[in-house]
Amino acid sequence: MFEISNLSVNYGGIEAVRDISFSVPDGSIVTLIGANGAGKSTTLRTIAGLVRPRTGKIVFNGEDITGKDPAYIVGKGITLVPEGRRIFPDLTVLENLKIGAYLRSGSIEDDIEWVYQLFPRLKERSWQYGGTLSGGEQQMLAVGRALMSRPKLIMMDEPSLGLAPLVVRDIFSIIRRINEEGVTILLIEQNANMALQVADTGYVMETGVITLSGKGSDLIRDEGVRKAYLGG
Amino acid sequence: MADFFHQNLSYFLSGISVGGQYALIAIGYTMVYGILRLINFAHGDVFMCAGLMMVYFSSSLPFAISIPAVLLLTLLLGFVIERVAYKPLRSAPRMSVMISAIGVSYLLQNAALYFTGGLAKVYPEIPFLSRSVQIWGATTRVVTLVTPVLTVVLVVLLTLLIKHTKIGMAMRAVSRDFETSQLMGIKINRVISMTFMLGSILAAVASLLYFTNYASVTPTSGAMPGLKAFVAAVFGGIGSIPGAVIGAFIIGICENIIKGGASIFGIPGSGWTTFSDAFTFAFLIIVLIVRPTGLFGEKSVDKV
Repeated sequence: MFEISNLSVNYGGIEAVRDISFSVPDGSIVTLIGANGAGKSTTLRTIAGLVRPRTGKIVFNGEDITGKDPAYIVGKGITLVPEGRRIFPDLTVLENLKIGAYLRSGSIEDDIEWVYQLFPRLKERSWQYGGTLSGGEQQMLAVGRALMSRPKLIMMDEPSLGLAPLVVRDIFSIIRRINEEGVTILLIEQNANMALQVADTGYVMETGVITLSGKGSDLIRDEGVRKAYLGG
Repeated sequence: MADFFHQNLSYFLSGISVGGQYALIAIGYTMVYGILRLINFAHGDVFMCAGLMMVYFSSSLPFAISIPAVLLLTLLLGFVIERVAYKPLRSAPRMSVMISAIGVSYLLQNAALYFTGGLAKVYPEIPFLSRSVQIWGATTRVVTLVTPVLTVVLVVLLTLLIKHTKIGMAMRAVSRDFETSQLMGIKINRVISMTFMLGSILAAVASLLYFTNYASVTPTSGAMPGLKAFVAAVFGGIGSIPGAVIGAFIIGICENIIKGGASIFGIPGSGWTTFSDAFTFAFLIIVLIVRPTGLFGEKSVDKV
């Protein structure tokens, strides 16, 4: 169980996140939706340890991980697939996967096989440099790289950003598959429609606060959400 | 042709040798730049400090102890400089870190001035390296022959480290993207320290080879070789290790060919040696006009 309570974060001189609370039950898919600048990315970056919160508490499986450094948080099984994918362009595909397992000791061969099974395209391109992949392939690599740390909770920041509609559909089906393998998912998306379709629970963020929450399937039918985020 | 080489052999030999020494220093510049985008102005002075340490240690200790001690302490010096002068400025503008580097450079020079009293210190004769040898009629020291070989061996080892080890992979990742590296669980401060320590120990090796040839150390001894190594790194494409090495060899060789201008080009005159540095730099300016990013400069292609 992952829980955030009363989290406030200052970022770039403004109060980007104000007193938000939510939880992510084990094995679920939870999504935060909202417009650009609503504080979604800041929330994920704070959980990952890149940004320190002003107040509030982040608890994972009973342990307070507020304000710990990123390496500690990755070690605890929480990993972030950053916005814009951020794969290492001058590392090969295989090296990008290996670096995802940086903190692990022992054999990672099985995990590499597992990722290649999830994304056969990556296997074909194993020796290519990350920078030569297409946008969709880079997103697969970013997800695969995150999986290499054997996360219990994987956070994804706008995985569909800038991808063609068909590729977006692939990415979402992969998100479902990863979830079926037992990984908990916290997803933020501007593509609210897709996100709410896969999510068990959704939270709507506006200018740093959570304004609405509910089951994904309920939010998709909610009049306010439809107007604001689903284009009608 | 053979005659020509025979006559001017000593210039070519010292060119290759000096090039190797510049290369070992240049690697420190290029690696630090690659990872922090910082021109570490103190690097030449770290090289000078290694030279001075050797002067003091060898006066009371046998070489078997003083040489490893110099290598180790120089490595430690690099580590401490990074921790004290650069790490606290990690999120400051790049210009501030550069000013801090200039500060460290003067601090080391002043400290050296304090300890030496401004006198040139005679560098010890390291028995094996200082011995004279004859090759093809030219008299030179063993160090001249050892330098290029040792340089190549160290560069190969370094390349293997960077290409094939976990820490090397982390260095490549950190040099590209701090934040994402952190998300992988890499402790970037450790990787940065490692980079400084590697650069410093190579500078210490360079100092052993360089000062054996030049025989004395002054507080400003690091300035010129440091500057030339830096220029070599820029010339090769700063951030690139093979670039720095090749750039350094080219500069070392050019410099010595120009010094030998009177006999190599057959134009007599006493200005060749005096102006050798000026000619070397003029040559670099021309190359950089043609290739502004240097020989192996990174032309990053990122897909966004």
